[in-house]
Amino acid sequence: MTELNRSQKQIRKAASDFARGEFDKDRSLDMESANEFPEDIWKKAADLGFVGVHFPEDFSGGGMGILDACLISEAFCRKDSSIGTALALSASGAECLVRFGDAAVKDAFLPRIAEGEIRCGYGFFESGCGADLSGVETTAVKNDDYWIINGAKSHVANGGVAGVYVVLCRTDSEASPEKGLSLFVVEGDREGIDVRSSGRKLGANMVASADLTFSNVRIPVANLLGKEGKGLAQAEAFFEEAGILIAAQCLGTAAGAFDRALTYVKEREQFNRKLAAFEITRQKIAEMAIQVEQARLITYEAARRFDAGKAMDNLGTMARITAARTAVAVADEAIQLFGGYGYMKESEVERLYRDAKVAGLTLGGTTRLKNRIADSVIGKLK
Amino acid sequence: MEILNYTEEHNRFRERLREFCETEIMPHVDQWEADHIVPKAIWQKMGRGGFLCPTLTGEYGAIGGDFIHSLIVCEELSRTLQTGLAAGLHSDVVVPYIESFGSDEQKRKYLPGCVSGDIVTAVAMTEPGAGSDVAGMETTAVEDGDEVVINGSKTFISNGVICDLVVLAAKDPAVENKHQAVSLYLVEDGTPGFKKGTQLEKMGWHSQDTAELFFTNCRIPKSNRLGDKGSGFFMLMGKLQQERLVCSMGGVVAAERILEYTMEHCKTTRVCGKPLSKSQAIQFALVEMATEAKLGRTFMEKLVADHMAGENVIVETSMAKYWTTDLANRMANRAIDLVGEFGALEACPLSRALRDARVMAIFAGTNEIMKGIAAKFMGL
Repeated sequence: MTELNRSQKQIRKAASDFARGEFDKDRSLDMESANEFPEDIWKKAADLGFVGVHFPEDFSGGGMGILDACLISEAFCRKDSSIGTALALSASGAECLVRFGDAAVKDAFLPRIAEGEIRCGYGFFESGCGADLSGVETTAVKNDDYWIINGAKSHVANGGVAGVYVVLCRTDSEASPEKGLSLFVVEGDREGIDVRSSGRKLGANMVASADLTFSNVRIPVANLLGKEGKGLAQAEAFFEEAGILIAAQCLGTAAGAFDRALTYVKEREQFNRKLAAFEITRQKIAEMAIQVEQARLITYEAARRFDAGKAMDNLGTMARITAARTAVAVADEAIQLFGGYGYMKESEVERLYRDAKVAGLTLGGTTRLKNRIADSVIGKLK
Repeated sequence: MEILNYTEEHNRFRERLREFCETEIMPHVDQWEADHIVPKAIWQKMGRGGFLCPTLTGEYGAIGGDFIHSLIVCEELSRTLQTGLAAGLHSDVVVPYIESFGSDEQKRKYLPGCVSGDIVTAVAMTEPGAGSDVAGMETTAVEDGDEVVINGSKTFISNGVICDLVVLAAKDPAVENKHQAVSLYLVEDGTPGFKKGTQLEKMGWHSQDTAELFFTNCRIPKSNRLGDKGSGFFMLMGKLQQERLVCSMGGVVAAERILEYTMEHCKTTRVCGKPLSKSQAIQFALVEMATEAKLGRTFMEKLVADHMAGENVIVETSMAKYWTTDLANRMANRAIDLVGEFGALEACPLSRALRDARVMAIFAGTNEIMKGIAAKFMGL
């Protein structure tokens, strides 16, 4: 069942048209080199409803599903992985507000995110415990009408530029991680947040990344997301949803690398033949096509299952692993097919490869994600 | 038992070079990466130190070493995490054309400068329309009295901006057989009609000045032809074994550096109180990576030994070029996965290592070309 319905096809077309009209290659090369966020494109995309398409309509969202959000990200990243990633991640972590926030929290932030006024980021991981959330040491202590947050979070997307962060904190030092962690929303301009930029990265350079330190950051009690003590379960549920969205970005990146390689091998001649006439090129192209289609099938299926409210059985995580792997492999092969040109920034495929590689490190990395799948499919050992 | 016979002299050479790298190169690498070029002075310092063209004889001011010296230069430079000071390309790929095919006069004129670092060399084969298909080149060289007139352009030329001397492949348009049409010429920087383009923006090799070269009615003396007219292809083919071996050396040492860093990182980075290296998944990955690095090292050293013994190992060096350069890529990719998000920051050397490694599977003949050559020689 990979057929899209009419509305989904329209969304995909609208996103492709927008990307074709607004994403300029030369500008993108400059912005990527300068680690610059595509501010104006983001505003336009938000105006047209491409940001927060999966937020409820009551909060300036599109009221649509994750599949619709995926189709937009795929189309954007296919045209330009760096811009596409920046636009998709402008709402990074906002799903926590959608799923766990009460009406007041949603009203305070979701419209501003969807309308392109502020960006969102999430701080879950810490240097001390790496990708293992059970070791979170950042604390939130309740004090009358406030929570006071202390600790540090690493590699936060939009760190330093987000209007709001979703932060995972320990709220009960005695309890097990399953009961002792909670999620909070923290406004970016709260006092006591120190930002240390991660500097330039291998890829995804239109998205700022930073380590955040929280020193006695006071937030109102209303900023608790959902129930106290449910943070770990909420974070894991978020990863399942975010996994699908990242898979879609990777799918777009892979498809974009494939498109460019396909065009190139049909044009470029060596030894008086088109590259596409060589059997080894044809084998490579076929392999790339298989990989892209696999990534698409698992991503769309995960999105559909999520939108239908069915049990995910790790499919979102599996989609994230599969699509990220695909994007790296397909972009890598695209560079090889381009030969020397593939190594030049001008060809774009080298950037797709770098962006893909960075996407493959999200959500704690593939080893952590596989450990999670293993926990789930193996279950408790007697 | 060692495959290569490292002598005391080799060890002293390595120690001197390592110290040179630490004092003269490492402190400047980030600046060179930002500048997209290294200063000419570092080439001269390398030369004065005896680290350029180590296999040339004392007649030209060189140390008169062997190919193990070349390997040592490759190994020690890999520790500097920069590619701009491409000593291996100069000493072991370009200069050998002059050494093997140059006239006595050409050798006396150019080789001392190549050794001292006053003359930095580049080789210009690749063209916009002729990458893997070298014979498809369109740059022409037409004899006119005592001169040769060159027209055309070359691309992806390493040392393209800094070079003082170019070994240029060009064809005589009057000769139909394209393999017999190619000759090699020595073109000096500053020759009227020879223009260098600006540095190309690349994924990696940021300290390396890769550029396009343009020749417009560029006149050089006929005496600047290298070897016999029409023997260019023969000369290029004759040097490919060493060129591929140099690439394999680069691939292996890049993989070793990546492994070294990753091992150290995993041993010293504690997560939830436990070093990363105590995770079984990470242990197995590192063991697999170390095994591959050892396989690469063993294969490469055997080929260095065979090459030094004058054996024909063109098939094996083609295999080694593809396998070891793929190895470097594979290693960088896995290393970053093990290190996680920190591995993708430019603050971590693995990020540059991945960007720098990627071109090795492409340059000096893509890995697809390598497999094609091996297939042919294997009688397939």
